[in-house]
Amino acid sequence: MSTTILDDGVDAPERRMYWALADGWTVARRTLTHLIRQPANIAWQLGFPIVSVLLFGYVFGSAMSVPGGGDYREYLMPGMFGMTMAMGFMNTAYAVVIDTTKGVTDRFRSMPMAPSAPVTGRGLADIVSASVDLLVLAVTALVIGWRSDGGFWATLAAFGLLLWLRFALIWIGIWIGLMTPNEEAAGSLFAVAFPFAMISSVFVAPSQMPDWLGAVAAWNPVSSTVTAARELFGNPAALGDSWIEQHAMLGAIVWPLAITLVFVPLAVRRFQRLSR
Amino acid sequence: MSTSSHAILAEGLQKRYGEKRALDGFDLAVPQGTVYGLLGPNGAGKTTAVRILATLVRLDGGRAEVAGHDVVREARKVRRRIGFTGQFTAVDEILTGRQNLLMFGRLFHLGTARAAARADELLHQFDLAEAADKGTKEYSGGMRRRLDLAASMILAPKVLFLDEPTTGLDPRGRNEVWTAVRSLVSGGTTVLLTTQYLDEADQLAGRVAVIDHGRVIADDTPAALKRRVGGDQLEVVLEEAVDLPVALQALARVAAGRPEVDEKHRRVTAPVERRVAALTDVARALQDEGIGVEDIGLRRPTLDEVFLRLTGHKAEPEQAVATERTEVPA
Repeated sequence: MSTTILDDGVDAPERRMYWALADGWTVARRTLTHLIRQPANIAWQLGFPIVSVLLFGYVFGSAMSVPGGGDYREYLMPGMFGMTMAMGFMNTAYAVVIDTTKGVTDRFRSMPMAPSAPVTGRGLADIVSASVDLLVLAVTALVIGWRSDGGFWATLAAFGLLLWLRFALIWIGIWIGLMTPNEEAAGSLFAVAFPFAMISSVFVAPSQMPDWLGAVAAWNPVSSTVTAARELFGNPAALGDSWIEQHAMLGAIVWPLAITLVFVPLAVRRFQRLSR
Repeated sequence: MSTSSHAILAEGLQKRYGEKRALDGFDLAVPQGTVYGLLGPNGAGKTTAVRILATLVRLDGGRAEVAGHDVVREARKVRRRIGFTGQFTAVDEILTGRQNLLMFGRLFHLGTARAAARADELLHQFDLAEAADKGTKEYSGGMRRRLDLAASMILAPKVLFLDEPTTGLDPRGRNEVWTAVRSLVSGGTTVLLTTQYLDEADQLAGRVAVIDHGRVIADDTPAALKRRVGGDQLEVVLEEAVDLPVALQALARVAAGRPEVDEKHRRVTAPVERRVAALTDVARALQDEGIGVEDIGLRRPTLDEVFLRLTGHKAEPEQAVATERTEVPA
């Protein structure tokens, strides 16, 4: 039935660009439909940061001190935002593992769609759902008394930096997802994600850690993003003396860029290896 | 050999994974509008062959054309003309059946309105209209597989690849899928299906290519393949094992070949030519001797036996696969 064949895959470049975007959007819509069909999943996903806020903010909160002074809960909230972004790569990896093991990736590859669409669609959907996560967390934060004193644009910039980190981690997520053999193995990614998010300035200032650990924490990309967000929100930042802590804003821009530059080629190469 | 009359043409396909040759001079010519079974045990190279033909895997040597286009140089053209369902049902489990078909229809560049119309058609064709707006997580295995087939039929492709379409399904699900595949074939689609269930090839395929160690070792109709093993078999199962020698003699008198004895199951089997005469002769002889017979009958050779004859080894899947898929009778 050649009547259903619209074109022959030999498209002009602008048609190809159109389909790359259209197909990417179609793939992204699928994930967004998941959110709409299973809104409870957002609650599950945000359960961890929200419980962390309650634990650290209220249970340990009175025992926590912020170097340089300031309210611990004010210090904590940007950390929660950053932790949620940092652990988001697990969502990406998990979705990639499911699609690869269940054959959805193969189905996409056997179709005449834009080859980039599964990846761009994944990325777009992840950024949108990360934005929803941030929105829910920010409302939670406002309820327990957190405020941004940075003004509209600075606040927006802070959320932008958080999403910029999440964007970079999409590529790590895809790369890891393509290397993970099955769903069960994907569950153990938590063992990586947990220290990656925690050994940082999320809960405690690096200056309060043992020297070597503090250095690791300070250089963690998550720390730069969180510290930069604290500065933009006008929250206590508890800056240490190290160069990277003094240049958090630069780190928050350059770290994700570096991660993207390294992991996009790695993820693409992994994707191409599927046809081996 | 004219290219245009063949929906699938593969010549000397080579594919190596490390030291292992997955395909080693694989040839296949599938005429248009036929159902071709690719039969072989696990690891014989069936899946690799199908994945190469469906443009999913690069080949190391040889050449292949599908629907008149080269799978390497014209991969996108091939993709416009094929449907592919892999070993797992590749549908989204959270979306509904309809949402799945809509998404795939959009990705086939039908546009929203036509994708919706096509989804409706397919849901009816594959008997999924009632469950159309349920999440596919609630579907049975057979329903999910039918949705999977529907998704691969969105563009009404000329060639459809089915990689082990009923693996993991219960008998009812298998029947549902078989019915669906037969309806596609009557619509003129060429189907290449791989299977390690020999009765499946027998049920669906007009022709069967038997594959072993990465190459086709036999290529014929199921009936002709069975003929190679010999004609029908006369089988007698006794109540008492002590009577086996007598039964053996009775069968030897009518058999066209040497009878075989299976002591454990108290069974004697022999190939026969004059089917009905042989059956009545043996039945009467055993009755005259006063021997208790549990079962007696004629049966056609199975494709399992064909495989054993052709390759010299049994069509048994590897151990791990066997335990994983025990619920499916081979």
